[in-house]
Amino acid sequence: MVTTFLISLGIMSAISLVLALLMVIADATIGNYGDVNITINDDKELTVRGGQPLLKALNGEGVFIPSACGGRGSCGLCKVKVTEGGGQYLPTELPWISEEEKKEHVRLSCQFKVKNDISIEIPEELFKVKQFRAKVESLKDLTHDIKEVRLALIDPPEIEMTAGQFIQFQVPEYELTDEPVYRAYSMASVPSDTKHVELEIRLVPNGVCTTYVHKYLKEGDTVELNGPYGDFYLRDTDRPIICIAGGSGMAPIKSILLDLASKGSKRKAQYFFGARTKKDLFLLEEMQELEKQLPGFSFLPALSEPLEEDQWKGEIGLITDVVARLGEDGAEAEAYLCGSPGMIDACVKVLTSLGLPEERIYYDKFA
Amino acid sequence: MDSSMYPIAVFFAAIFTNNILLTNYLGMCSFLSVSRELKTSVGLGIAVTFVMASTTVLNWMVYTYILLPFELTYLRYIVFIIVIAAFVQLVEMIIERTSEGLYAALGIFLPLITVNCAILGVSLFMVIREYTLITSFFYGLGSGLGWFLAILAMAGIRVKLARAKVPPGLEGAGITLVIAGIMALAFMGFSGMITIS
Repeated sequence: MVTTFLISLGIMSAISLVLALLMVIADATIGNYGDVNITINDDKELTVRGGQPLLKALNGEGVFIPSACGGRGSCGLCKVKVTEGGGQYLPTELPWISEEEKKEHVRLSCQFKVKNDISIEIPEELFKVKQFRAKVESLKDLTHDIKEVRLALIDPPEIEMTAGQFIQFQVPEYELTDEPVYRAYSMASVPSDTKHVELEIRLVPNGVCTTYVHKYLKEGDTVELNGPYGDFYLRDTDRPIICIAGGSGMAPIKSILLDLASKGSKRKAQYFFGARTKKDLFLLEEMQELEKQLPGFSFLPALSEPLEEDQWKGEIGLITDVVARLGEDGAEAEAYLCGSPGMIDACVKVLTSLGLPEERIYYDKFA
Repeated sequence: MDSSMYPIAVFFAAIFTNNILLTNYLGMCSFLSVSRELKTSVGLGIAVTFVMASTTVLNWMVYTYILLPFELTYLRYIVFIIVIAAFVQLVEMIIERTSEGLYAALGIFLPLITVNCAILGVSLFMVIREYTLITSFFYGLGSGLGWFLAILAMAGIRVKLARAKVPPGLEGAGITLVIAGIMALAFMGFSGMITIS
């Protein structure tokens, strides 16, 4: 009995050992591509271990390529332009690559393996982008349909951002989605508070992310996000500022104003905030507080359809009309706009009529 | 039957009358998920044929020269599985290293095959039916080709099906399984042509 037991154990171990040994040898010889060089934007050079997917190789060197599925080849987001040394497309990439992208040598970086020296092109801003894990510190209802989500960063613990930029928030698998998806949200927090990220998220009926945040997310939950992204950010000048926002467009403007306050700026600033009725207004006290801290700042909320019970004494009318009536002389100013595409387009027209050149009108359109 | 013809009989039986996919319903998962396009089906079909033919030979040797003498045949399931897994992994590495074109066409399907039950099934049938080495090789090759034939036929049908109106409840896996069933019925027409045990 003992001998049969020992024999079976011995044979089994011997077979496993031989196969494992074979694999180890194969990995060290056939699977060993040595070190390869990745040249990024003709400028930066990285040396990585060959044979691994480009996405993983870049990630290991701290260059983060956004990807929703985590390298399974099922989201098609992690596209990178491989200008030299790319070779043939794999069948797993083709569903995500259009004919135009083929001509530009765009590859799916999670499927494309680095086996020789290559040159790639990626947007400069991605160098600062990181993947963060964060804890939901607090959830607060700002209005009947806008929630403030305050996140405490865990790993990495700090974010380096410019006021006005956005992050990509990861929604895990749940009722409305079979795989993790990312949605972009502007940060409402002040850049000097590097340990926190604040988002203002408006509930969109059946929206995958907004439903998740409003109905499922709880304080203490851990979430994933990456960023910062975007060229909508506060320019470092002395020009007077005109800010215009509606709804959750408040977020990046709040960040910009808090940034001005934390730097003790003396810049003149007007903030036009458009809402329908009083119940769509929020953060009024915070804005009054900012008016005290910033000598040149005035907050100008306007209601387009105030109800009688609102007893509204402030500005009334469409935000474009209010801007046209009260806006600063545009010749010297710069403008920051955040809201729906319709609102932005209308406001750009009004601002140009106030004398603002278009290149000094910065905006963040909700897609 | 003439014993020298037996392997050939097994070979044809494995393709038509005893098709591993359509009579034993083995290897369904990749059959259902990869049969959407002809090109990928061909890649997967060739990969399955190659791996089946090779692993039956390897497993036959391991079984006959190691497991049988030591009376350890009850270990065959686990031993076959690790032999298949190691072999597939090795082949993938070699293809990836040597031929970019071959890797793009076949290599990416190999990991899918590691866990394909048709491959393990063929090795198990081979020892249950006590085939010789030569017969086993032809059985593996035939089963692979039979599987190839089935997925090719399915892909051809599904390419046409893309333009058909399928009831919402049957879309995707539903209609594919119905088609597989009808195909299995069609393959029953071959039965009686060759009988193997």
